[in-house]
Amino acid sequence: MAIVLVLVLIVVGSVLFHLLSPWWWTPIASNWDYIDNTIIISFWITGIVFAAVVLFMAYCVFRFRHREGNRAAYEPENKRLESWLMIATAAGVTALLVPGLFVWSRFVNVPSDAADIEVIGQQWQWSFRLPGKDGKLGTSDTRIVSAENPLGIIPGDPNGQDDIVVEAADLHLPVGKPVKVLLRSIDVLHDFYIPEFRAKMDMIPGSVTYFWFTPTRTGNFQVLCAELCGQGHPLMHGVVMVDTEQDYLAWLGQQQTFAQLSAPKQTGSANQPSEKTMASSLDVAAKLEKLEAR
Amino acid sequence: MSVILVFLLVIAGFAGWWLSHQRLTAKPWLEQGVAGDFVGFDRSSLPTAKIGLGVFLAVVGCLFSLFTSAYFMRMGLSDWQPLPLPRLLWLNTGVLALSSVALQCAVVAARRGQVDTVRLGLATAGLTALAFLAGQLIAWRQLTEDGYLLASNPANSFFYLITAMHGLHILGGLVGLGRTSAGAWNGTQRERLRLSVELCAMYWHFLLFVWLCIFAVLAGWAATFVSICQRLLT
Amino acid sequence: MVDVTPADAVPPAEVAEMELYHPHSWWTKYVFSQDAKVIAVQYSATATAIGLVALMLSWLMRLQLGFPGTFDFITPEAYYQFITMHGMIMVIYLLTALFLGGFGNYLIPLMVGARDMVFPYVNMLSYWVYLLAVLVLVSSFFAPGGPTGAGWTLYPPQAITSGTPGGQDWGIILMLSSLILFIIGFTMGGLNYVVTVLQGRTRGMTLMRLPLTVWGIFTATVMALLAFPALFVACVMMLLDRLLGTSFFMPAIVEMGEQLQHNGGSPILFQHLFWFFGHPEVYIVALPAFGIVSDLISTHARKNIFGYRMMVWAIIAIGALSFVVWAHHMYVSGMNPYFGFFFATTTLIIAVPTAIKVYNWVLTLWRGDIHLTIPMLFALAFIVTFVNGGLTGLFLGNVVVDVPLSDTMFVVAHFHMVMGVAPILVIFGAIYHWYPKVTGRMLNETLGRFHFWVTFLGAYLIFFPMHYLGLMGVPRRYAELTDMNIMTESAHHLNSFISIMAFIVGFAQMVFLFNLIWSIRHGREAGGNPWRATTLEWQTPETPPAHGNFGKDLPIVYRWAYDYSVPGAKEDFIPQNVPGTFGPSREPA
Repeated sequence: MAIVLVLVLIVVGSVLFHLLSPWWWTPIASNWDYIDNTIIISFWITGIVFAAVVLFMAYCVFRFRHREGNRAAYEPENKRLESWLMIATAAGVTALLVPGLFVWSRFVNVPSDAADIEVIGQQWQWSFRLPGKDGKLGTSDTRIVSAENPLGIIPGDPNGQDDIVVEAADLHLPVGKPVKVLLRSIDVLHDFYIPEFRAKMDMIPGSVTYFWFTPTRTGNFQVLCAELCGQGHPLMHGVVMVDTEQDYLAWLGQQQTFAQLSAPKQTGSANQPSEKTMASSLDVAAKLEKLEAR
Repeated sequence: MSVILVFLLVIAGFAGWWLSHQRLTAKPWLEQGVAGDFVGFDRSSLPTAKIGLGVFLAVVGCLFSLFTSAYFMRMGLSDWQPLPLPRLLWLNTGVLALSSVALQCAVVAARRGQVDTVRLGLATAGLTALAFLAGQLIAWRQLTEDGYLLASNPANSFFYLITAMHGLHILGGLVGLGRTSAGAWNGTQRERLRLSVELCAMYWHFLLFVWLCIFAVLAGWAATFVSICQRLLT
Repeated sequence: MVDVTPADAVPPAEVAEMELYHPHSWWTKYVFSQDAKVIAVQYSATATAIGLVALMLSWLMRLQLGFPGTFDFITPEAYYQFITMHGMIMVIYLLTALFLGGFGNYLIPLMVGARDMVFPYVNMLSYWVYLLAVLVLVSSFFAPGGPTGAGWTLYPPQAITSGTPGGQDWGIILMLSSLILFIIGFTMGGLNYVVTVLQGRTRGMTLMRLPLTVWGIFTATVMALLAFPALFVACVMMLLDRLLGTSFFMPAIVEMGEQLQHNGGSPILFQHLFWFFGHPEVYIVALPAFGIVSDLISTHARKNIFGYRMMVWAIIAIGALSFVVWAHHMYVSGMNPYFGFFFATTTLIIAVPTAIKVYNWVLTLWRGDIHLTIPMLFALAFIVTFVNGGLTGLFLGNVVVDVPLSDTMFVVAHFHMVMGVAPILVIFGAIYHWYPKVTGRMLNETLGRFHFWVTFLGAYLIFFPMHYLGLMGVPRRYAELTDMNIMTESAHHLNSFISIMAFIVGFAQMVFLFNLIWSIRHGREAGGNPWRATTLEWQTPETPPAHGNFGKDLPIVYRWAYDYSVPGAKEDFIPQNVPGTFGPSREPA
C-alpha cells in the first residue's frame, strides 16, 4: 500500500517541484522565445501524460491489490481501446512535432539582412572576426595558422584585409540586429553556447557551421563551451556584450583590422594581441595547474 | 550512410518475409491445448549450422556496407585523390573465383559421396585462397613502392583498410576450411562432411561476392554507376 | 471441442539429440563451461564487478560536482577519465553484457524449451573474449597517462589529441581495443541467442507463444548484431588515425600551437558511425527490459499481458525504427540542418509504439490481482521512471527544443532516467524474480524492500531535479562549475543534494550485493515455481535446473505464456506445458 501513496506523491511532488522550484531557465535575450514556447507546450503535453499514467497506475494498484479470494479478470486484448490510445498518442506527438518543425524551419533559414560574424574556437579560448567595411569575411585556412596569424586568415584574399580581429577578448554586438554566427575551430570540437540566447551549434575543425539570432536586450553574457574539448573545457569561458548602437560603434572604432595587425612590425602595438593570446592561454594553463596542484 | 541503409533494407526485407510466415496475427490465447498443429512454424528445416552461418554473414555484410558507407562519405571531401588499382587485382579476382568454383565442385562431390573429389576440391580451394592472399600482399607492396602510402591520402587508407579486412575474413575462413579438410582426410561421417563442405562453400561464395562489390567500389565503378543512376533520376 | 488433449496424442518433440557437452572435471563444469546457465552467471558476475567500478566512479564525479573544490585529488583530468569510464562501462560492459550475455544466456534456452544454446562452444568463447575486453578496459587504469578522458562518445579529434587525458597515451588505444574485443565476443554470443530462438524452440513453441522476455532479448540481439559493426568500423578507423597517422576522422588542426600531420578528415563521419551504433544501443538495452518487465507484471498481477500481439508488433516496430533515428544525437553537431526535419519526425514516431507498450503494462494491472512482491514493486518503479525519461525524450527528439537543451544536464538526467535507472530497476526486479530459479533460494525480503525503496526514491530524487539544472543551462561534462554566471547559489545546493542522494543510493546497492551472497546459503527454500508462473523455466524437473535443463524429455508446449486466471481453470495459472482446453469461450484456432 505504501507504493500507492508514493506513486501519488511522485506525481504531486513532481508537479509542485516544477511550479515552485527556483531553478528555471535564464531570462531570454534573443528572438528565440519561440523555442521557449515550444518547451512550454512540451511540458504541458508530457506533464499531463505523466500524471495520467502514474495516477491511473496508482489507482489500479490500490483497487486491484491482492486480497484473499481475488481473481484477476481475463481480457487478452481490446482492439478498440488500443486503437483509440494509439490515435490519441499520435495526436499528442503531432502536437509536439508540428510547432517544433515550424520553429526549426525559422532556425535554419537565416534572414537575408543578418550580419556575418565569425567565432573561432581553440583550446581553450574564443576569438572573433567581423567582416569590416566591405561586409565580407576573408577566406581562412587552418594550415596557415601561426603565432602571427592565429586565426589562419589567408593574407592574399583582399576581403580579409579589413576584417576586424578580436582575439581572445570580448565580443560586442548591437542590440536588435540579426547576426549569422559562422563557427570555426582550429583544433577540436567546441560549441558556442550562450544560455540566454538559447541557440547553440558545434564548431568543427575543417568546416564552417552556423546559426543565427537577434539579440533583444543589452547586457553582458557569458559564453560557455558546450562540447567536450579536453581538460580545459569547463574553463573555456568568454563574454559577449550586447550594446546599444552607439556603444557598439564606439567599441568597433577601437578594434584593429587584420591588415593593421599583420603589418610588418611598425610599432610594438601590432604584436600586442598575440601576446594577449599567449597570456590568455597561459591563464587557462595556470588555472589547470592550480586545479591539479590542489 | 545510404549503402548501409540499403543493406539494412534488404535484411529487413528478409526478416519481414520470414515473419510474415510466422502467423504474427494469430491470437495465441485461442490456440490452447494444441502442440502439433503448427508443423512448419516451429523451426526451419535447414540445418542449424547453416542458419547460424547465414546470420553471421549478415553481420559481415553489415560490416562491409559500413566501410563502404564511410568510404563514400569520406570520398566527397576535397583532399580525396583516387589511387590507380594494380592490375594484379584482376588476377587475384580470378584466383578467388577459382577458389569458389573449386569449393562448389567439392560440394557437388560431397553430395554424391565422392570423397576423393571432395579432397581435391578442398585442397584446390585452400591453395587458391592462399594464392589470393599472397596476391593481395604483392599488390600492397606494388602500391607502397609506387609511393601510395597508407597515410598519404584517404583513398589509400581506405584501400588498405578494406582489403585488409577482407583478407582477415578469408584467413578466418581458411581456419574453417582447414578443419573441414582434416575431417575429409580422417574420414568423417558422410553427412557431416557434406554439411561442413557446404558451409565452407557458402562462406567462400559470400566473400567472393563481397570482394566483387568492394573491388567495384575501390575501382570507382560503383561511384560512376551511382552518379549515372542519379542523372537518370533527375 | 476437445476438452483434454492427452500428452501422448502429440508426437514427441522431434529434436535431434543435441550433442550436449558433458563436463568431466571441476574446471569444465564451473570455469570453461559450455552450459549457457553457467556462462550466464559468469557474464552476470563479471558485469556486476565492473559495474561496481562504474558506481565508484560515479561517486567520485558526484563528489566533485556536489562539493566543488573540496577534493584535491579530483583534477579536471581525473574527472574526465571518471565520466568516460563510467559511461562506457555502464552502457556497454554492464547493461549490454548483463541483459544479453546474462539474462539472454540464462533465459533463452530455458524459456524456449531447449537443452542449451545451439553453439555451446562459441558461447563459451564469447564469455572469455568479453572477459578479456573487460580486463583490457581495466588495464587502462594502470597504463601510463591513465584511461581515456574523451567522454563515452569518444569524439575525434579531441579523443586522440594531447589536450585530452589518454589522448596521446595508452588510454584511448586500450579503450578502442577493448571495444573491438567486446564486439567480437558479443557477435559470438549474439549468433547463439538469435539462432537458438530460431532453431532451438521445442515442439509447439511458435513465435506467438514466446514469452515477451524472449521477444525483447531476441530483437535486441538482432539489432545489436547489426549495430555493433558500426562501432567496430569507427573504432578501427580511429585506431588507425591515432597509430598510423591516417586521416579518416582527423582534419588539419593546430593543437597547442603545433600543426598536426592529419589533413582533410571528417569528425562528423565518426559521429554518424558512432550514433548509427549508439542509438540502436539505447533500444538494445531497453527492449530486453521491456520484455522482462512485461513478464514480471503479468506474473505478479496474475493476469495475461494485455494486448500481447500489439506488444510483439511494437517490439518489432521499435527495433526497425531505431535504425533511422540516429542523427537526433547530432542536431547541433553541425551536420546539414535540413536532416533535422527527417530525424525529428522519425524520432517522434517511435514514441507511438513505445507509448503503446506503456499503456499495455498499465492496462495489465487493471482488474488484475496484484501481488505487491518485490519484482512487482520494481516493475511499477520501472514504469514511473521510464515514462518520465521517455517523455523528456520527446523534448530532446524534437529538434528545435534540443537546441538549448543538448549538452546540458537535461540530457544527462534524461538518459539516466530512461536507459540508466529504468532498465536497472528491471534488472533488479528480474534478479529478485529469477534468483530462486538460479539458486533454489529466495532473496531476503526485508533487505529487498529496503533496497527497493532507497533505490527507487533515491534515483528519482537524483535525476528528476537534475533536469531543471539543464533547463537553467548548466552544461554537462563540466569538471568545474565555478565562475558560472547562470548558476545561482541554490543551484549549487541542489547539486550537493543530488550528490548526497547518489551516495545513499550507492550504499543501498551494497546491501543488495550482501543479500545476493547471503541468500545463496541462508535464503528461504524456494521450490520449483515460487511465483506460480507459466513459462517453461519454472517447469524444470530440478531447481536449479541441471545440465540439459529438462531431464529426459523436452517439454511440449500447448499454450501461450500468459494463461493466468483463465476462467474455468482451477488454479490461477496454467503452465505452458500443460495440455488441455479451459474456459467456455475458447475454440481451437
